[in-house]
Amino acid sequence: MSKEKTTRITVNADVLRSEIRDKSVKVLDIRKEEDYKQGHILGAVNFPLSSLLADDSPDKVLQYTQSFGIDDETPVVVYDDTFGALASRVAWTLQYIGHDEVSLLDITYGSWKKLGLETTVESPSISKKTHSLKLQPQILATADYLMPAKEKGAILMDNRERLNFLENHIPGAINIPYRMLASPQNILRPKDELKRFMQNRNLSPDSEVITYCGSVGTLSGLGYYALKSIGIPNVRLYVHSFKEWKSLEKPIEKQNDANYWDLSAE
Amino acid sequence: MSKTGLSQSKPDNLPKPKIQWGRIEEAEKFAEMVKQFRQGKITRDDLRRFRLQHGAYGSRMTDDYSMIRVKIPAGEVYPEQLEKIAELSESFSIGNAHVSTRQNFQLHWVALEDVSEVMRGLAETGLTSREACGNSVRNVMCSPLAGVCPEEIFDPTPYALSTAKFLLRNAMNQSLPRKFKINYTCCEKHGMARIVDIGLIPQQMEVNGKLENGFKIFLGGGLGAQSFVGHQLEPFTQEADVLYTIIAVIRIYDRMGNRENMARNRMRYLVNELGWEKFQGIVLKERAMVKLVQSVVVKLDLDKTPEVLRKVSISSEMPSPPQGLSRWMKSNTMKQKQHGYSTAFVTLESGDITASQLRAVAEMAREFSAEGRIRNGFAQDMVFRWVKDEDLPRLYSALLEVGLANPGALTMASVVGCSGTTSCNLALTNSHRLAKEVQRKFLELKLDEDDDLRNSTIKISGCPNSCGQHEIATIGFYGGGGRLGKDMYPLYTLLLAGRADGQSVLGLTTTKVPAKRIIPAILKVIEVFKSDKRPGDTLDKWLHNIVAGNGNKIKSVNDIRELLKPIVAPPTMEQDSDFYVDYGNDGSYHARTGRGECAA
Repeated sequence: MSKEKTTRITVNADVLRSEIRDKSVKVLDIRKEEDYKQGHILGAVNFPLSSLLADDSPDKVLQYTQSFGIDDETPVVVYDDTFGALASRVAWTLQYIGHDEVSLLDITYGSWKKLGLETTVESPSISKKTHSLKLQPQILATADYLMPAKEKGAILMDNRERLNFLENHIPGAINIPYRMLASPQNILRPKDELKRFMQNRNLSPDSEVITYCGSVGTLSGLGYYALKSIGIPNVRLYVHSFKEWKSLEKPIEKQNDANYWDLSAE
Repeated sequence: MSKTGLSQSKPDNLPKPKIQWGRIEEAEKFAEMVKQFRQGKITRDDLRRFRLQHGAYGSRMTDDYSMIRVKIPAGEVYPEQLEKIAELSESFSIGNAHVSTRQNFQLHWVALEDVSEVMRGLAETGLTSREACGNSVRNVMCSPLAGVCPEEIFDPTPYALSTAKFLLRNAMNQSLPRKFKINYTCCEKHGMARIVDIGLIPQQMEVNGKLENGFKIFLGGGLGAQSFVGHQLEPFTQEADVLYTIIAVIRIYDRMGNRENMARNRMRYLVNELGWEKFQGIVLKERAMVKLVQSVVVKLDLDKTPEVLRKVSISSEMPSPPQGLSRWMKSNTMKQKQHGYSTAFVTLESGDITASQLRAVAEMAREFSAEGRIRNGFAQDMVFRWVKDEDLPRLYSALLEVGLANPGALTMASVVGCSGTTSCNLALTNSHRLAKEVQRKFLELKLDEDDDLRNSTIKISGCPNSCGQHEIATIGFYGGGGRLGKDMYPLYTLLLAGRADGQSVLGLTTTKVPAKRIIPAILKVIEVFKSDKRPGDTLDKWLHNIVAGNGNKIKSVNDIRELLKPIVAPPTMEQDSDFYVDYGNDGSYHARTGRGECAA
């Protein structure tokens, strides 16, 4: 835990640029391959989320990590163009296999471009490295883990949009829609704002919190890092999220007798 | 605000909100109260009173979520405020906002714990939700055409804004027997002066050889389970007396209004119980007293500084008129009294608008409106004013791109529906969705293009309370439940021939129409009208004649009821199970309500 506190949750553009110049960082681009090919941050390696989701077993993730030239000591910075949610899922996975030094770029690739920062179409040359495998089960939640943990006081945090949450959610969960986590500029709001949201909920920093979302742990990955960014030590990601929960036919709660979907102008 | 000449400045000289309505410390206090409530230090009732005073209602079947009503005095909204509402709706609500019939914005399904965050965000751009609910003076409305209406005598906007400023947080307005509504209108035609507690219409009169500004003031109107049309206080109320009159009326209501019976505590009941002459006498006496006892002269703080109009672009030519332009021009725009300018109405489905559409509206206000802002209208709509006539096609194209170019804004196709079972505790039916369905059908049948229907309205409430304003509609409905044997179905009551103009009358209850038969019933009424009308009759005029006893072959609403009988007869569950399901539901209908919060 003490080591974790020194890990940067987010990195801003200026810091990243200087670290890229120093070649002291490995950058992962989580967008689709065709987007990556049209331009990306200097030195970034493409790791589309779909590749990870095709097989996110620790062995496979370790293989990827090594093939990207990441060893145990390499600081990694991850970015996407999906408000940080895809990047969060990858960052969390790296941490889960035991790579602690991973951070999120605090803006999206879209913002990076809008700021006029340098991009390239060239792919970097990579030399394979060796990485150890040290699973970190204390950041993972499984379906079986949830309810017993909740009995003991853990908070379940659903990061899907409000209407989806009202429609169905894991019993007793609270809803912090992922949109609440970002500021207009950054993938995560300033810490004082995020802290205030938790204080408004009487949520103690000592609480264990388990985040989940719709299917693969992206939105809730962002939720995970939002909580880490304000120093909540005990956070877990229910990575298979509500999709698995439903398929297991576990109990579901719903806001009944209200036609809230009809308020949408979409 | 008189508009003098065009400034030659750049289009980026955007007006900023002039009045700071919100206060950050109220958001902080709200957060503290919610924490205390959750810790069991204050009761649910204590929190409820406080919450309503600050503009947050409980949601349907739960007070863990709130509907936050953002006050928009006089309906004026600046682009940065639209963008803030968009952001707040995405962060804390459902990614949509709603425009109400009283020019407010509403954000639904906000977690109680986040209400303070919304209030904080609102205050950052000058907005507030304070006294938008609860027993206080609600949003002070002003016609969206004020200042540009060809028929107005003068622009009442500064009066509306200063009235709102005087009353917000004013001690006299914190604990009235019930809510209190004030409307300013531009002229007899475009407002709703007669259906609110205090309604004001600009008027001029010669006083000592000088033409003076003043108002016709109407008192004691209102819609609800029992509705009344307001009475005119006196032939002419001069400007200097406007605020004294408002103070006097609020004081009388505060003192004499019914605080016991929730169903009869609006001021209109007091007026009705005392009788108009008696109430009128009390008001005039009280006004004299108020004038005497005020240590200083209290006046409306009118900001009449002439506004500098921005120069808006009229550069690029449209290559060809976009499809649907003429239909939209006809049904959504009006010429202003100022030569060369038009006002364009944006019709929304039951007032709903997405966050990205709000942002687009903000951008269009900057680009196309010489006053650089918009107004919310009276019919869950939005209004661009001061648009150069030659810019209308480009504005239309921009609206088209974001799905906001529906025609029919100023026609019968612009249907009003309250929030109904989408969020309201009192609702019995999904009036919100029904209004959307009716609007879609009208546009599909191009009924917005029918001049005979243009001046008519359809308004739908989900219960007998009148948030959907069904009593002033040409065709109005309010929701309830019906039963065939043991099976329940959503059922509306149809009212005909209501209106809110100079000849305000409330609609006549005609018959009951099941939810799933509303559209056929409306179309039937139109069909009967078409076959019975005399030359020159419009639907509203035809119904007005029938109600006044001057019908053609159709002599009364009873005749219409007879013709609707085959349509409204309920089938059995076996014949048509969909009949028993309300819009937006997949299971059978049950009338379910929670505790109303209006009077808490």
